[in-house]
Formats: sequence, C-alpha cells, structure tokens
Amino acid sequence: MSVRLRLDKPWRPLTPEEAARLPGQLGVYQIADAEGAILYIGQAGGRSPFGLRSELVREAEERGPGRQFRVEVNMQYRSRWFELLMVHKADHGALPPDNAKNPPPLGRLSPA
Amino acid sequence: MDFEPSEEQQLLIDQVRRFVREEIIPLEAKLDPDAAELEPADHARLVEKTKAMGLFGIDIPKQYGGPDIDIVTRVLLAIEMAQHRAGLYVPCYGTFGGAGLAQIFEANEDQKERYLYPTLRGEKKAFFGLTEPSGGSDPARAIQTKAERRDNGWVLNGAKIFISNADRAQYGIVFARTDASKGRAGITCFIIDSDTPGFHVRRVVHTLRSSHYATELEFKDCWVSDHQVLGEVNKGFAVANDRLTRQRIPYAAGCIGVAIAAHEMAIEWAKMRSTFGEKLANRQAVQWMLVDNEIDIRTARHFTLEAAEKARRGLPFKIEASIAKLTASEGGGRVVDRSMQIHGGMGMTKDLPLERWYREMRIRRVGEGPSEVQRMVIAREILGSNLR
Repeated sequence: MSVRLRLDKPWRPLTPEEAARLPGQLGVYQIADAEGAILYIGQAGGRSPFGLRSELVREAEERGPGRQFRVEVNMQYRSRWFELLMVHKADHGALPPDNAKNPPPLGRLSPA
Repeated sequence: MDFEPSEEQQLLIDQVRRFVREEIIPLEAKLDPDAAELEPADHARLVEKTKAMGLFGIDIPKQYGGPDIDIVTRVLLAIEMAQHRAGLYVPCYGTFGGAGLAQIFEANEDQKERYLYPTLRGEKKAFFGLTEPSGGSDPARAIQTKAERRDNGWVLNGAKIFISNADRAQYGIVFARTDASKGRAGITCFIIDSDTPGFHVRRVVHTLRSSHYATELEFKDCWVSDHQVLGEVNKGFAVANDRLTRQRIPYAAGCIGVAIAAHEMAIEWAKMRSTFGEKLANRQAVQWMLVDNEIDIRTARHFTLEAAEKARRGLPFKIEASIAKLTASEGGGRVVDRSMQIHGGMGMTKDLPLERWYREMRIRRVGEGPSEVQRMVIAREILGSNLR
C-alpha cells in the first residue's frame, strides 16, 4: 500500500483561462511563485460554487500574473488540506506564508 | 423499566435542545459542510454558556469537579447534543468539554497532577492508542507494540493506527505488550508524552470522515520511566476493556440523535414534497419507510437506556452495552439511508447534512468494536464463556 503525502504534480500557470479549464469538483490546491516556492495551500470545499474551478479563478484574479498552481480532486478535501499543511510545516519548518497569516488549528506530523 | 424522562431530566433535555437549535445550528450554517470546528471566538463564547448552564465537563465525575449527571441522563443529553450536522462525531463542537477515552481516573496521584487535572481543566489534550495495523477488533491478540524493560524504565517499539488527535495531543495512553507469553494478561498501559524522543506521528489516515482524520503512530526506541505506567504492569487490557465497554453507551446515543434528526427531516420533507400530484407522505411506500425509521429509533433508544440504567445501578452491563451499540449503529444507518431515499436527489447533496451523516454513520458499524464483535460478545454471554 503506497501513501502519497505530498502533492507532486507539475505546476500550471495561474491564469483565469487555465483555471477555467478545471473541473467543478471538490479538492485541494497549492499556489506557488514563479520559482515553485509554495505560497498558499487551499481547499475547494462544499460551499465553493464551482469547486476547484471557482477557487482557482478567484485566486488568479486576486493574485495577478507570475503565479503557478496545481490541484488534486479529493472528496476528503478537509483532512487532505490539514495533511498538506502539516507535511509542509514538517518539511519547511513553517507554514506557507499566506497560510501563516491566518493559521488553522493544526497538529504536527513527522513523516518518515 | 420506565424510560420516560423525569421532570428534572426533561428540563435538561429542553435546555440542551435549545442550545443546539439556537446556538449550534445557526453557526454551523456558515461553516464548510464537513467542518469539525467552530471559529475559536464562537467556541469560547459557547463554552462560557455551557459553564453557565452547569453542564461543562459533562463526562467528568462529580468528585473531580464535573456536573453531577448520571449515565442515563447523560444518554438523554447525548441524544440531543448529536442533532446537528457535525453532531455524530463532534457533538456541539466540544463545547461541553471532556477528554473521552483518555481520561485516566485510575492514575496515581502524581499522574493525576501531571495529566488528569490539566486535562479536566482543558489545558492538555490526550489520545487513546490501542488499535494497531495488525488489527483492532481483537486487541488482546493483535497488539504487537512491545515494551521491554531497560534502564529502569521501558522501551517501546511498534506502530498504532486509526488514532484520533495524536497530532494535537500533549500525551496519550498507549497499550503495549510487556509479556509475549501471556496474551491479554501481558499488556501494559503507558502514558506517553508527545514530545518523548522516539514517538512519531507518521501520517494522516483519511477515511469517510472528511471532517476529521486519524493518524498512524510509530514508536522507535521510545523510552519511558516506570512513572509512566498507568495502573499495574500486565494489567493494561482491563484499562482498555473498561473504556471500550463504557464507551459503547454514549456511542449508541450519538447514533440515535443523528437518526432522530434525519427522521424528522424526512417527515417534514414527506409532508411538503409532492410527486405526480400527491404528497410523499400520502404514499404507502414512503409511510412504511418512516414507520421503519420510527421502529429502529425506538428500538435503539430502548436498548441504550436499558444499558445505561444497568450501568447506573452498578449492575453488569456488558451485554446490554453491546446490544445498544449494535442496534443504534445499524438502525441509525438504516434510518439515515431511508431518509436520504425520501429526499431523493437533495438527500445526496452537501446542501443537507444527510450525506455527511450517511458517511459518518457507516463508520459507526466498525468503530468501537464492529457489529460482528458485538454479536460475539452477546453470543458468549448467552452460550457461555467457554465457547471457542
């Protein structure tokens, strides 16, 4: 049984057009700068009108050019979101900068 | 036995019911449908309310500063506290306090000072580490985590899985094998601080409950002193068994609460919704589903209160607790399923709480001892304990 803790898909340019191609499903996503440094880990939850698509379109409009994203469709979006945040903290010693501004209650993981 | 609430119990039931309807449900409407936590400010405000109601720390015995609530009343209140979207696993979002399975009332005075009292005051959180990758239904045989005597203490090596809150807790109670030759008489319970070298929370375990996750733990040459043994060496299985048996009663009550909420929604929908020119409530197929809901709820309620009453009177209640857990988890699942069917397409959406209850209620047939183990416990009781 293999368990994939980290999101390792290729980055895609964060533009409204690219985001509009996404499915309207629930899931998690990451936003990075042009070099691939993660800025934010988000979730498209049950109250997102069009799931990942509407969340990423909003992110693209708010953040402007020069950003990248990747997504994972996942019905367990909340526990996966917590997991990605904890793994990031374990890997980098801190949350992504835009999550650190308003951190959710998190535990600690020490992934092998 | 008469299970009608007394006047005093009814006052408490009404109080908790109002709290759920006026405080919890309006806040919940603004949260993600799978949320398991209130905003911190809302949580703090509601904790003050439950304190003012005299119901904070609802599971804490009176001698430790908890409210003086017997287990029958506790069941009646648990049924009310579960009647909202997150209510099955996070009744009232924890605003009534409590430490669940990890409350260590059998601890010695030193351990109580270090762990129990801070937990009861809400300063520390704890986890309950029993289940292992080798199995959870038969912990006496499945426990492979070893604790070996070394340097005036114990060294733990092994793994645990499906452990809730281990990533956020300051300590946990962990069961390990201290004598491989003795089966259930070779298990010891340890109190493990989360910052002990060799203790690791390795990963999140995702389940049907998107709102919450379990964790997988690893113990790698994790040394603890003799002061961390809870109770006596090789008598840890009794600690686990006591909690698992007791937990079955409130566990059943939560299932009943959610079943009642789903059933009430189905009744309202059936009275309102028309198909082919007729209210659903006038169709025999729907009426029979509602009748079956009512029977499942009443059956589970009767057996759960019977188990609680026996526990309250200090009588053996193991078989009754198993019957309660079995009827409430299986019956509750059927009630939610029928209620979704009555709601049609709307029942499948995240607009309503039914789909969350459906996923979470499914876990209840496995958690805290699966239905098959409950039937085994009952079979042993009625056929004799020597049955193999």
